[in-house]
Amino acid sequence: MTRHWKPLALLAALGLGLWWAPVKIVLLWTDALVFLLVGVLVAFVLYVRGKPHLRAPWGQVIRRPLAAASLVVLSAYVVVGLLDSVHFRERLAPQAGTAVDQDFYAVEVLSLLDLLTTPLRTRLEKSYSAPLAAHLYSKETVTLEDGSTTRLYPRLQYGGAHLDDPASERSADIAQRSLSALLLGLLAWATLVALWIAWLARRHRHGFRDELQAILRGQADLPWRSIFATLGVLILFIAFALKLGLAYHLLGTDKVGNDVLYLSLKSIRTGLVIGTLTTLIMLPFAVLLGIMAGYFRGWVDDVIQYIYTTLSSIPGVLLIAAAILSVQVYIANNPELFETVVERADLRLLFLCMILGITSWTGLCRLLRGETLKLREMEYIQAAQAFGVGHFKIISRHILPNVMHIVLISVVLDFSALVLAEAVLSYVGVGVDPSMVSWGNMINSARLEMAREPVVWWSLIAAFCFMFLLVLAANLFSDAVRDAFDPRTGRG
Amino acid sequence: MLAYIVRRSLYAIPILIGVNLLTFWLFFVVNSPDDMARMQLGMKHVTPEAIERWKADHGYDKPLLYNAEAGGAGKFTDTIFFDKSVSLFVFDFGTADDGRDIGYDIRQRMWPSLMLAIPVFLIGLLVNITFALLMAFFRATYVDYMGVVLCVILMSISALFYIIGGQYLISKLMHLVPISGYDGGLSAFKFLILPVVIGIISGIGAGSRWYRTIFLEEVNKDYVRTARAKGLPERVVLFRHVLKNAMIPILTGVVVTIPMLFMGSLITESFFGIPGLGSYTIDAIRAQDFGIVRAMVFLGSVLYILGLLLTDLSYTLVDPRVRLS
Repeated sequence: MTRHWKPLALLAALGLGLWWAPVKIVLLWTDALVFLLVGVLVAFVLYVRGKPHLRAPWGQVIRRPLAAASLVVLSAYVVVGLLDSVHFRERLAPQAGTAVDQDFYAVEVLSLLDLLTTPLRTRLEKSYSAPLAAHLYSKETVTLEDGSTTRLYPRLQYGGAHLDDPASERSADIAQRSLSALLLGLLAWATLVALWIAWLARRHRHGFRDELQAILRGQADLPWRSIFATLGVLILFIAFALKLGLAYHLLGTDKVGNDVLYLSLKSIRTGLVIGTLTTLIMLPFAVLLGIMAGYFRGWVDDVIQYIYTTLSSIPGVLLIAAAILSVQVYIANNPELFETVVERADLRLLFLCMILGITSWTGLCRLLRGETLKLREMEYIQAAQAFGVGHFKIISRHILPNVMHIVLISVVLDFSALVLAEAVLSYVGVGVDPSMVSWGNMINSARLEMAREPVVWWSLIAAFCFMFLLVLAANLFSDAVRDAFDPRTGRG
Repeated sequence: MLAYIVRRSLYAIPILIGVNLLTFWLFFVVNSPDDMARMQLGMKHVTPEAIERWKADHGYDKPLLYNAEAGGAGKFTDTIFFDKSVSLFVFDFGTADDGRDIGYDIRQRMWPSLMLAIPVFLIGLLVNITFALLMAFFRATYVDYMGVVLCVILMSISALFYIIGGQYLISKLMHLVPISGYDGGLSAFKFLILPVVIGIISGIGAGSRWYRTIFLEEVNKDYVRTARAKGLPERVVLFRHVLKNAMIPILTGVVVTIPMLFMGSLITESFFGIPGLGSYTIDAIRAQDFGIVRAMVFLGSVLYILGLLLTDLSYTLVDPRVRLS
């Protein structure tokens, strides 16, 4: 057990730190489920590591260059999402006249990501401004010093505030900052990659140069070339965000002056939660009912088939709409249950996940039923039955492991569809709470501005790009997973 | 055959009852008519009298399932469940919150929906199968690989982006067709051309990739090897043998969606201002008109079950081995 003390100590230190910090931890429902999911994933990874026959297909997945690059992108998203899942309320400074031993906490719920992006979060402008602009998007009437009024584009409060004369200095300043961001990013990337390769070389007992050559030729154990290239792009983006995003608004500002980069980052958690928690919620139903229907047949099969045919015959969007409308009524009638806006929005997000889960488990259930019907006629299961092994044991020992590939494939395939569905549902008006930042809400509010002249394109494009990257990475990764695990492709 | 159809239609009845019970539970038990009234009238300062009046106006002032005050059969028929849910079985949809007849509206709005959905469906099917056959023809080459990557990229783009991007590019920048709107007769063409094209393009990624998998699965079967061994050129193998045999898995996925064409496409119709059933549904959801949503749920379920039945029947047409019993 001695080798496990490090993570435990780290956890304890983290816990102590949070306990001492002047904050009150807020554990939202979705946060709890997200951490449960992380726990399940860690357990799954540990389990797979010990089984060679499970490690082989995963090794095959990770050795595909595109899948490895996608994994890097997905990890970056997951890190942002996890940082955004630790919520707390800051303790307010004690005011005169209140009891000393009583603490007051801010109404605003923040997350670790909010803390890290404080400069982005707090630099509010008045309204729209284009990416890297120094002026507002629209003209305003301003009173000059001599008392006369004129209409001009006012300077932004924060974006480009360090410039004296934006008209002449801005392009040069942006160019200079981009250059330094490029250099900084490349330097950071080169350092990281060099350290990494040195570590790899030591582990493989090669020389540094041999390892480097193997990687460049693509002969290393993993497709490090694509991993490092993707890392490079990520690091460059971070460098640009640091150098330009702190002096300007890298992706512009939205209608109420929020930084679009900050909104795009905040949306990541919403997208990930919908993509993963929905699956987590529906999985037990789909697996249990699907296997039971196929294994027991008879009236059990009839009942389960009836349930999933009924559910899948209702058009998905309408069922979601009906359920979300009900939740809305419930929330509107019970305002006293929710201490903060965030908690209310969170409950709605959780309900959305549940309802999406209810509408999406039927496909997997049907697949599992069919597969179990086939499996239960197999000789080894007949043999187990003849030996008098109990139903529960047969299902858990012999059937479940043999349908896991179907579960896995459908889980990864569903993820991207769910992320895309969120945007559409928000457009219909039955998506996440309007107060919650999500790509769907960003698109929905930006869409109305397409009619303006010149077009307000930045928040739309930003939301699309962030969403596209996540969905593309997920799709490429799920392709590799399917190829590795689906016996029909003949390689797994 | 006829007996089979009758039996399957009878099997649909318990499913439709289930759908009805579920929607009834969602709309009347989870939120009571009082909640609905409060929501419709605005949350604050609603007097109990106003709620009662709203309920009486919309026919929600009866007991839910069992009316003890009425006599005889009225104990069961003079209830909300009978009024609002059972009547759906005879396609009596009742009236919307604004007093319009839902059945009439659905019949009117069906046509624009079909005008949009049928071309998207047919041309899209043709385009997708063509692309998939091309990829299968060039399988395991760079053409195939690039085709798959292109499909993955296309299917990673949100449908909203296709619509917004298309509207901006074609209508706003190039002024080729109106941004949105609809007109009857021949002039509908200029309003429909862009949504149809966008509908086809947004479906190419997922569609072609799916058909490609089906074709590739067929390509590895024994009869294909036999055909090749006979000396048939790859072109003939693919078009005459593989395409025909791939019809069965293709039909499974496609036929079930045909009746759903009536329902229209939610976001396309609403973005382009086409007065079809899709935009009808969205408007109802936004206005929280429970009557219309309930009607559309029922209609959708009926059409889905019809689709399942059609799928089974279509098997007998393309595959003589299948006998329905």
